[in-house]
Amino acid sequence: MATMRVLSLILSVLSSVTLLWTQSGECNNGRRSGEAVDTDFSGFSVPLEHSFEVDDVPRFSLRGVLQFRGGREHGVYLAQNQLSEKDRNTLKDVAAVDGLYRIRVPRVSLQADRQTERQAEGYLTTFVRACSLVESHLSDVITLHTDVSGCVVGVSIVTIPGSCRGIEVEDEVDLEVFNTTISVVAPVTAPVPETAPYIERMEQEMEKKGKNPQEQKSFFAKYSIYIVPLVLFLMMSGAQDQSGGGAGGGAANGGGR
Amino acid sequence: MAWLVVRLAISVSLLYTASAVFEDQVGKFDWRQQFIGKVRFALFDTHSQASKKLLVATDKNVFASLNSRTGDLFWRHVDKIGPEGHIDALLMYGQDAVVVTGNGRLLRSWETTVGGLKWETVLDTGSFQAAALVGVQDFVKYVAVLKKSAISLHDLSSGSQIWVENLPDSDTVQYQTIYSGGNGLVFVFGVVPNSHIVIVEYKIEDGEIMRKKSVEAAWMSSLESSCTVISSGILLCVDQITQSLYTLQLQSAEQTEIRQIHLQTLDLEVASGFQPVLTSTQPNPAQPPLSEFFLQLSPDHHILLQLKDGLIAPLRDFNPSYLAAFATSGERTVAAVMSPKNDTACSINLFSADTGRRHLDTTIIYHMDPNGGKPNRLYVHAFLKKDDSVGYRVMVQTEDLTLTFLQQPGRVVWVREEALADVVTMEMVDLPFTGTQAELEGEFGKKAAIQDGLLPMVLKRLSSQFILLQAWLAHLWKLFYDARKPRSSVKNEVTIDTLSRDEFNLQKMMVMVTASGKLFGIDSKSGTILWKQYLENIQPDSVFKLIVQRTTAHFPHPPQCTLLIKNKDTGLGNLYVFNPIFGKKSQISVPALPRPVLQTLLLPVIDQDYAKVLLLIDDQYKVTAFPSTKNVLQQLQDTASSIFFYLVDSSQGKLSGFRLRKDLSTELIWEVVIPTEVQKIVAIKGKRANEHVHSQGRVMGDRSVLYKYLNPNLLAVITESTDTHQERSFVGIFLIDGVTGRIVHEAVQRKARGPVHFVHSENWMVYVYWNSKFRRNEFSVLELFEGAELYNSTVFSSLDRPHPPQVLQQSYIFPAPISTLEATLTEKGITSRHLLVGLPSGNILSLPKMFLDPRRPEVVSEQSREENLIPYAPEMPIREEWFINYNQTVSRIRGIHTAPSGLESTCLVVAYGLDIYQTRVFPSKQFDVLKDDYDYVLISSVLFGLFFATMISKRLAEVKLLNRAWR
Repeated sequence: MATMRVLSLILSVLSSVTLLWTQSGECNNGRRSGEAVDTDFSGFSVPLEHSFEVDDVPRFSLRGVLQFRGGREHGVYLAQNQLSEKDRNTLKDVAAVDGLYRIRVPRVSLQADRQTERQAEGYLTTFVRACSLVESHLSDVITLHTDVSGCVVGVSIVTIPGSCRGIEVEDEVDLEVFNTTISVVAPVTAPVPETAPYIERMEQEMEKKGKNPQEQKSFFAKYSIYIVPLVLFLMMSGAQDQSGGGAGGGAANGGGR
Repeated sequence: MAWLVVRLAISVSLLYTASAVFEDQVGKFDWRQQFIGKVRFALFDTHSQASKKLLVATDKNVFASLNSRTGDLFWRHVDKIGPEGHIDALLMYGQDAVVVTGNGRLLRSWETTVGGLKWETVLDTGSFQAAALVGVQDFVKYVAVLKKSAISLHDLSSGSQIWVENLPDSDTVQYQTIYSGGNGLVFVFGVVPNSHIVIVEYKIEDGEIMRKKSVEAAWMSSLESSCTVISSGILLCVDQITQSLYTLQLQSAEQTEIRQIHLQTLDLEVASGFQPVLTSTQPNPAQPPLSEFFLQLSPDHHILLQLKDGLIAPLRDFNPSYLAAFATSGERTVAAVMSPKNDTACSINLFSADTGRRHLDTTIIYHMDPNGGKPNRLYVHAFLKKDDSVGYRVMVQTEDLTLTFLQQPGRVVWVREEALADVVTMEMVDLPFTGTQAELEGEFGKKAAIQDGLLPMVLKRLSSQFILLQAWLAHLWKLFYDARKPRSSVKNEVTIDTLSRDEFNLQKMMVMVTASGKLFGIDSKSGTILWKQYLENIQPDSVFKLIVQRTTAHFPHPPQCTLLIKNKDTGLGNLYVFNPIFGKKSQISVPALPRPVLQTLLLPVIDQDYAKVLLLIDDQYKVTAFPSTKNVLQQLQDTASSIFFYLVDSSQGKLSGFRLRKDLSTELIWEVVIPTEVQKIVAIKGKRANEHVHSQGRVMGDRSVLYKYLNPNLLAVITESTDTHQERSFVGIFLIDGVTGRIVHEAVQRKARGPVHFVHSENWMVYVYWNSKFRRNEFSVLELFEGAELYNSTVFSSLDRPHPPQVLQQSYIFPAPISTLEATLTEKGITSRHLLVGLPSGNILSLPKMFLDPRRPEVVSEQSREENLIPYAPEMPIREEWFINYNQTVSRIRGIHTAPSGLESTCLVVAYGLDIYQTRVFPSKQFDVLKDDYDYVLISSVLFGLFFATMISKRLAEVKLLNRAWR
């Protein structure tokens, strides 16, 4: 760890550095909440290495240093060197043969209380086509993904734009300085069925109905203006029928009139 | 008013999704087959002569009654999975069957005619050893159950416990068997291995120990396999090392030494390394067993022996003989022996048990299936004929779990394929064209066109047209002929020769792989087994992967399936290549796989014979191609840089991506490590290769388009937390691009637990988990969208898609547990999708995907109404009419397989578990098919009527015009 600190101090040329923080990753999944997270901890750094070879056998060299700021928010800085003349030429050559540009970071935990066991064995690697890196003039987006406990589980790199159109990059200056956006992404908490708002909404609707007396009326009450005349009309016509029948029936029904 | 209309529209759209079969559609395009599993106990009902019952208990914890005339199930009881429902013993007396289940946990008595439970008793704890019926004075009254440290006696009619006694010195003595000869005593046999045998005698009335003795037997290691009781209470044991039989009088007080009889004195010898087996018979539990017994000396050598006056004498030597069994009818006991006849057949003969004399005219010839296994169990049902001679039927069980029921003189009455109770994986393959269709196809084959000139081609065309005409006429004649016959006599029997693709490709070949290593080809329309193939030397719990390398579309090349069989422990695999239509093994040379196979990959690259190339990656990351012709290797070299694959090591939580090199080696290109201390990978799924997505986006309420993120390389990885505390447990969902290793989305479902079932398709993923806080099952749906603009609309490349997708997610409560989950699949993907949910109750729920849409709004707006989105409700409805299998429940449903048919509206569904159920589903109703009750007469009469009306009116109009002109 100490060597890394020294390493970061030695770096003389700092290229463009972007600071980005993502939503506070709720890292201590069910951990004892009483334990203080931010004690005497002031951040740490890990190397970011890259490799681009014409023969496509990875030989990683230092690209920059990732500096994590401790605490609740996973801020991360990237301090990185300029590409040397030799590197630039190699990168162009690799791009010409459609080789890969690989990066790797060691497996680390960003969780403060894991300081002792921060670094696990092994690296996380990923790649991007060298030609797209060249054509995008070294503008890339690096994302570190952590798990619930704050361990980095994966790294991804994309260039913007990401395509390889075979455009010649003539200007050497375009390939000197990385224009990197770096971020740390913690897992999103998936939603659970939202019963409370639903019930609330239902209650509101009920209330609305309750307030509106028109809605509460029964079927009969609501449509009485139509029903009553209809019934009356039917009764009237029925009575007429009966009277007609009675008339035809003759004297036997005569008393009914 | 508009509001009302929209409401109506929503409710109509809901109605639209509701689908159920009508009563007259039952069984029209669906079928179910019920299975029981590997038979462990089988008893024929000898209570009455006319009885057709056959009681079976199987390793799948199924207790059933079969009709011995047809092989159909009378009734079936499916108990719990695992040791809890394990059937330990099956005893039958009269109309009652007594079953001990769950390692001696429950004692149940069943009524055998209808399968009703008569009584059930919970037994004391302790591991089960043996059970026996106990009779007194020629009448069976009790059942005795022996546990590791206690013995209990129960009343047979009520199940009530008569007494329970602890066994003496049960910590040192292993009590294993039990015997009662109807004389008021129960004997319990125990053994101290390589030291002595302990015999304890209990009085039936009160469980009092009458006598307890121990006999020296230094050679004895286990009682169960090598001892039996014969004659009037003589314990008989056999030992392979000393090559001797041992006898011991149970009831005499004076004999305390076991008597040794060297097998040499009988001119017998046990085959080296073979554990000899003694088989005796006790026809009536209230009477002592017979004094005759079988001794098996080697796998194919039995001998019938008799104990008479303390002397053992051979009655008959059966050499060679595979199987032997006793059977009793009335007072007569017979022995059936199966002996090899020739390479393909065995003969079964009946012998009288007391003399060893052969009964005349009792031979049954059993033809062994050349594609099946060897017989390993024989169950005999003996009965008295009218002339008082003994007749018999046998049931033979083979290694490949086929039950064959035979009667004299070798007629197969029925066959049950019980291997199908454990289907592991399956595929559905299109049927080939008929000969005439194939002829036409062949005419336009590439090779023919080059070789022949113009004139031969014309002649060929004419001849094939003529053949077609002929076939059509034959078809018409057949239709006419069938129409005259009564409906019932017209039988559409499916045989392997008449197989051909139907108009809409609704009939397919189901290729099923079972755990026992038997392959089946089943016609999906009728459920008939068309071919079967037993693969010998398959390790139990091997892993199978079935791959369709060439479909039927490439005539004249036969279709080709490849089965990868992988040993679970060593990881070593081998390939079995076969024709899925006929089941024949292919002659193609198969690459040897000397190293464990980690991953298989079916490429869209095809060789000159139109077989897709299968890549097999071994543990040194070397790639083997199959087929590996020059052509294939050339193509692989050309496309190597675009062939990627991934490996998962769940024990280290490592996912890694590789790229193929030109020399078929590989290079590691990405690595993602999910620490195993926190969570472990439980499942990983890509998308189905044969899936089509019709629409690229969704039209929103404001007429803009939301484009779907359709990444064919996306992997869904599900993890479960190692911490199982209900507050801290979680389920993790990672969506990882399989080419670049980029984590596209990472979500965590808190307070959740597995088992997780999930479906990954199109731009969505649905998973089910157990919410440990609220103790309920929940559904969650994730949908990925690119947004309002498509990055590159022409082609999707994982290497060039820099912007992460928008992820929408919503969760719902599902009010039932779930066994399995699958999505429907159609030809072109136009039809709306449904989720098929297999429930533990055996029902299959067809749930419209519409209900699982993360864009379901909380509050209804004008735009969401426009889009036909259902307002959000936290609980998912279950409607009875959504059960696609109405009352045809599928027991222990384990998997659902979906396949597209030739009709866009129709998806073929096969659900398998203990049973197999096949049906068709129509997620958007049958929009491309006329209804069954479509009124052809009405529509044609209306058409004709209109036609004539126009003719007549035209004529009338003409006349009228003419008249007017004259005026």
